Amino acid sequence: MNHIKKECVAMLLAGGQGSRLYALTQEMAKPAVPYGGKYRIIDFPLSNCVNSGIDTVGVLTQYQPLVLNEYIGNGQPWGLDRAHGGVHVLPPYETAAGKAWYSGTANAIYQNIGFVDRYDPDYVVILSGDHIYKMDYSKMVDFHKEHNADATIAVLEVPWEEAPRFGIMTADENGIITEFAEKPKEPKSNLASMGIYVFSWQKLRKYLIENEQDEGATKDFGKNIIPAMLNNNEKMVAYHFDGYWKDVGTIDSLWEANMDVLDPNVPLDLLDDSWKIYSRNPVMPPHFAGPQSRIENSMIAEGCEVNGMIDFSVLFAGVTVEEGAIVRDSIVMPNTVIKKGAVIEYAIVGENCVIGEDAHIGERPELIENKDEWGVAVVGHNVKVSDKAVAPPKAMISKDI
Amino acid sequence: MASMANVLGLIFANMHEQLLPELTKTRAMASVPFGCKYRLVDFPLSSMVNSGITQVGIITKQNYYSLMTHLGMGSEWDLARKTGGLHILPPYGREGTGIYRGRLEALAGAYQFINESSADYVVMADANVVANMDLKPIVEFHEKQNADITCVYGNVVYPVERAQAQTVIEVDENNAVYDVLARPTMSGEMNVMMNIYVMKRTFLEELIRESECRSLYSFETDILQHKLKDYKVMGYKYEGYFEIIDSMKTYYKATMDMMDRAVSKEVFNLAVPIYTKVHDVAPAKYGIDCSVKSSIIADGCIIDGVVENSVLFRGVKIGKGAVVKNSIVMAGTVIEEKASFIDAIADKDVTVTKNRVITGSVDFPVYINKGGVV
Repeated sequence: MNHIKKECVAMLLAGGQGSRLYALTQEMAKPAVPYGGKYRIIDFPLSNCVNSGIDTVGVLTQYQPLVLNEYIGNGQPWGLDRAHGGVHVLPPYETAAGKAWYSGTANAIYQNIGFVDRYDPDYVVILSGDHIYKMDYSKMVDFHKEHNADATIAVLEVPWEEAPRFGIMTADENGIITEFAEKPKEPKSNLASMGIYVFSWQKLRKYLIENEQDEGATKDFGKNIIPAMLNNNEKMVAYHFDGYWKDVGTIDSLWEANMDVLDPNVPLDLLDDSWKIYSRNPVMPPHFAGPQSRIENSMIAEGCEVNGMIDFSVLFAGVTVEEGAIVRDSIVMPNTVIKKGAVIEYAIVGENCVIGEDAHIGERPELIENKDEWGVAVVGHNVKVSDKAVAPPKAMISKDI
Repeated sequence: MASMANVLGLIFANMHEQLLPELTKTRAMASVPFGCKYRLVDFPLSSMVNSGITQVGIITKQNYYSLMTHLGMGSEWDLARKTGGLHILPPYGREGTGIYRGRLEALAGAYQFINESSADYVVMADANVVANMDLKPIVEFHEKQNADITCVYGNVVYPVERAQAQTVIEVDENNAVYDVLARPTMSGEMNVMMNIYVMKRTFLEELIRESECRSLYSFETDILQHKLKDYKVMGYKYEGYFEIIDSMKTYYKATMDMMDRAVSKEVFNLAVPIYTKVHDVAPAKYGIDCSVKSSIIADGCIIDGVVENSVLFRGVKIGKGAVVKNSIVMAGTVIEEKASFIDAIADKDVTVTKNRVITGSVDFPVYINKGGVV
């Protein structure tokens, strides 16, 4: 097959387990976790690619790939069903030399050098499927070109007290990165790496191969590739991003990021026609607000049938809320049924769950004296909660109760 | 029994437009918006696809731009296929044909498409019937009866003004059609033609060729009425929910029927869904102090007012203090702050300005045309 040269290819790391989402990632990889009423996390980097003019995307999968593979399919919802390029799911594979899982982010790209080489790109954009943001990668690639850089790393200013949670870049006045520290205890800067990189492909290719030969290496971008390039004085620049960007790696951050879609002051406009976020739309009729429904301050997706009370909540497609049920400050993922009289407060309820009559999931923080005991309650996917069952705050329910 | 993969579907996109002049002014009957997010063509097209039909031609006449953008390549209906799939058949597709006067001339324009298909049977349907139908039993009935033409009808109770817009048939105890009345002055119980027909492909081709050389153009008059005795014409009674859109009033009624949960669950059966074009807009947002009851709401709406017993299409905005009752509000329309919109229909991209009061009646809903500002 003839391959037409692409200036830029994106590689999306989607194999992570997302272990801090516990019950929500038991059966699906983190990028497949539902977000914002009709999306899955991976819709954001995929839509960003398409909107940035990148039409060739490799999606590296490893952990629980079924939901993710099915979701990506032929890429049609994102316009990535292309004759040349398009989206390709790249799982680990066996070779004549043996078989190997992806042992780190850099190793995953290393194992797919063959895929990237087919398009002979000048630049490779490395992305992860962990974040909610809208970003024009083409501007970052332009920045990379203007600076004649070998690597460009997107950075975001974070509050100093949060800096120890991130990979922190120190840059000089020209934006040249001089130092990189992964989760430093005493950060020298508050420029956090967003996990978005642009590399000149031939340069990255060389470092990937060298890294692979180093047996002690963890084969990770943050731990190996970036430090090695810095050591060799490769030209690495920081690309500042100041839009909305949210890591959704923990239960609290996933809950907050969903609540952000309800907040008019949060600069994440999902209705912006000039930067659409595409998704595989469920084939469902519009939602029905029943005669008993009371809905305020919420986002309701298609296929829902609501007869209860919904406040400050996000209901994904096909959710049923029966009469007298209350959903407050919560996220209810696709096709879940909330039976009569059930109360859901400060909770995330997974896909295809049934919450029994008069069951009570989560609790309002103001009703808890010891604030350490309070937290968002989680019901994993496909869980049945029996009538009158109670799941306290911070509960993590992955089996029927 | 015939495999449905061996059946060709044909949909007439522009039939009966004279019955719905306001809504078809800027669009084909097939692309009249319906039920929050659909266009009328979605119903026959999805019914065909769910019945196993994989090759469909859409016969158009005029005003078909919005229909073409709606259908695209047909991928939403799984009809973007290497073999078969969706074909839009505009007029002047064949030498000697053009703007048709009736169904037979329309078919003559599509003759090549029909002739090149290897299907054994053809199912024809119009776009103005809201129903989620399994067509397989109808084709099987046709085959079993060894009929020349099978007409699908429904038993209804209609007032005079509805009968006068329809074709009514009489069937005997063996389901044979023995009388065909065009636009009769009658009321009460009757068998109304749903304008869905099954024929053998070779029979239809012969019918087209013969009609062409005899300058016959109306299928109903020239074939079903004048040649009823020459052919074996059978009636198949459809028992499920359906509504023929033959006036603004029935358009309004059929829309309000979707609020009935039993009807809605039948028409929008998730196991055999009605497919439509995807627009990639975020889910609907409900604001502070809004109140929404007994309404169906599409994605992209932003609701800050009161909505009751109404249908909001994609991207409708209801301002603070606005009241919408018993109304149909199409995509992109804005009902500004403190405006009232009661017993009314707003076409696409209408603006009802601040404090404005628009009130119709359930029998004669006010209609505001596409892009109108009131």
